[in-house]
Amino acid sequence: MHFFEFTEEQKMLRKAVREFVDAEIAPKAAEWDEKDVCPVELFKKMGELGINGIFVPEQYGGAGQGSVARAICLEEISRHSAGLGIAMMTHHMGPYPILLYGTEEQKKKYIPDLCSGKKVGGLAVTEPGGGSDFSGQKTTGEKKDGGWVLNGRKCFITNSHIADTSVVTAKTGEDEKGRPKLSAFIVEKGTKGFEAGRKEHKLGLRGSVTGDVVLTDVKVPADALLGKEGDGAKIGMNAIGEVGRAGMSAICVGILRGCVEEAVKFSNERIVYGKPISKLQAIQFEVAKIRTYYEAARLMTYSAASLKDDGKPCANEVAMAKYFSTEYATDASKRLMDLMGGYGVINEYPVGRFLRDALASIPSGGTSHIMQIIIAANTLSGFQP
Amino acid sequence: MPYNIAVCVKPVPDPKHYDRVTIDPVKKTITRAGIPTLINPPDKSAIEAALQLRERCGGSVVVISMAPPDGAEILREVLAMGADEAFLLSDRALGGADTLATSYTLLHGLKKIEAAKGFRFDIVLCGNETADGATAQVSSQLGEWLEYPHLWNVSALESKGTDGEGKETFLLRTKMENGYMEWTAQTPFVLGIARDMTKPRFTSVMGIMKAKNKPLTVWNRADLDTAEDTYLGLPGSPTQPGVIFSPDLKRSGELLTGTPEEIVGRITAILRASGVVTGG
Repeated sequence: MHFFEFTEEQKMLRKAVREFVDAEIAPKAAEWDEKDVCPVELFKKMGELGINGIFVPEQYGGAGQGSVARAICLEEISRHSAGLGIAMMTHHMGPYPILLYGTEEQKKKYIPDLCSGKKVGGLAVTEPGGGSDFSGQKTTGEKKDGGWVLNGRKCFITNSHIADTSVVTAKTGEDEKGRPKLSAFIVEKGTKGFEAGRKEHKLGLRGSVTGDVVLTDVKVPADALLGKEGDGAKIGMNAIGEVGRAGMSAICVGILRGCVEEAVKFSNERIVYGKPISKLQAIQFEVAKIRTYYEAARLMTYSAASLKDDGKPCANEVAMAKYFSTEYATDASKRLMDLMGGYGVINEYPVGRFLRDALASIPSGGTSHIMQIIIAANTLSGFQP
Repeated sequence: MPYNIAVCVKPVPDPKHYDRVTIDPVKKTITRAGIPTLINPPDKSAIEAALQLRERCGGSVVVISMAPPDGAEILREVLAMGADEAFLLSDRALGGADTLATSYTLLHGLKKIEAAKGFRFDIVLCGNETADGATAQVSSQLGEWLEYPHLWNVSALESKGTDGEGKETFLLRTKMENGYMEWTAQTPFVLGIARDMTKPRFTSVMGIMKAKNKPLTVWNRADLDTAEDTYLGLPGSPTQPGVIFSPDLKRSGELLTGTPEEIVGRITAILRASGVVTGG
């Protein structure tokens, strides 16, 4: 556990984002969920606030903050719309690898528009063969005429239909031991042969678009290659491992806070046998559990984020935070549903959405089983209290 | 032409937590301990108006507040919205002020800023009323103290171009019960800005970072050296709240027993006695 305190600026950031969310997101979140539409137009506004490029240095048009600030933004957005939360968190996986592995030219070319809200970012790694089977990717990249030709199909890609600038991984050969060599490319919307395919109909995290990205003889120039040839696995894993999962964790902290707030509101307002149900111990036990899960998830999530801000290894801490937050957001929303009785299944209340969003968060960025494999490997190889 | 603009702001308890607000039965003041504060909503509209004026004409936006020490947090937020400099007038001696003592204190704060800067404020804006006190008196009182023309409930502030001497004429609109009045004015003036006059901008992360390095000065009673004690704080407040109490909203039920006929008869009698039902 890495202890830290929010800075004054981070507290102000939370207040500012909350104000924006209360005005622009909270009133429409249920509608986005019901109609399953992503409010792309809000990216421009969130860009102006600095959320889109929250962790990007100012020289590339960002807000110059870090992972803790990013988690604050995602928690606040997801308190009302986890769907928009995952759209934003996936957007971040566009500029992040470019910032980390891109050349100065690539950074200057792509990142400012991703920060301002002019463009939406995406990361396309997962394939029908599986998301976690990284080296089993079938998408290919061939060197041709001084550039690259990409072919294949990516699936379960968040922002598939709205991303303007995507980082895409493809197999570009084999190393001397015969293992597949993956490389990462920056591909822009409108490139011939690069298209969004099937759009998924999801249980939760609606209000974000998830679907296929199809690459048919997509010709990209040599300078579309991100990092070196063969860096693809590293780039993809790094973005998903430390940014994607940390984002999912923060999104579920937002859902958990929603559960706490709705539990307090409902149990104080609902009168049964002449008094609010919050006076009943059976209800109090549930409220106490939901609150405790929220606080624990929050501590783990922000602690892992602050490790990253301090430049320390955090993949295991992020995996634990993601595992805990997603599972307990699911548990807490089910408990809240029980607490609310019949009202719990009425869609006028957000609790059903919380539960669906929490469930959909579990496989996003790696399932709980994958998280446990990471945590176990880390623990068994050298647990130090 | 550039304007020196002052905006008076007040931290108020967040309306979302009004259920936790209590009134001290002895001091008759609002107990705010533990309740988060925010910028009084009409003040935000005034800040936005000031920022728009500065963006159009140049000049500076200075914010001033009379508040407890934690009011600095609110002022930092106003700086993050885009104001240039902030002043907090904070002292126990200023506490418990009514609107007159508040406007007097603000006047001497503004005077001290003017003396330090070597200019006079051209435009002084206030939120029309506060979310907690809601008297809507301070802007007019401040106008009187400053001997500037003043208007309240201002819902529009537009430029009508400049006169022969290059001085800008403003078209102002004030809300009335059944419509509005139009006014033309030239600076200096004091305005009470209505909450819906502008749509206040959201605070950006970049604004928050810039606010860190903007000047925020705290002055206490002694710093307001031009102010006289007799007009400050609770002792300097001519208005004092009378009795404050929560009305008794208790309801009592009565269980009626007997045959249906007897119960109906009894209900009818009760309703007649209470005046709800009259006649046969």
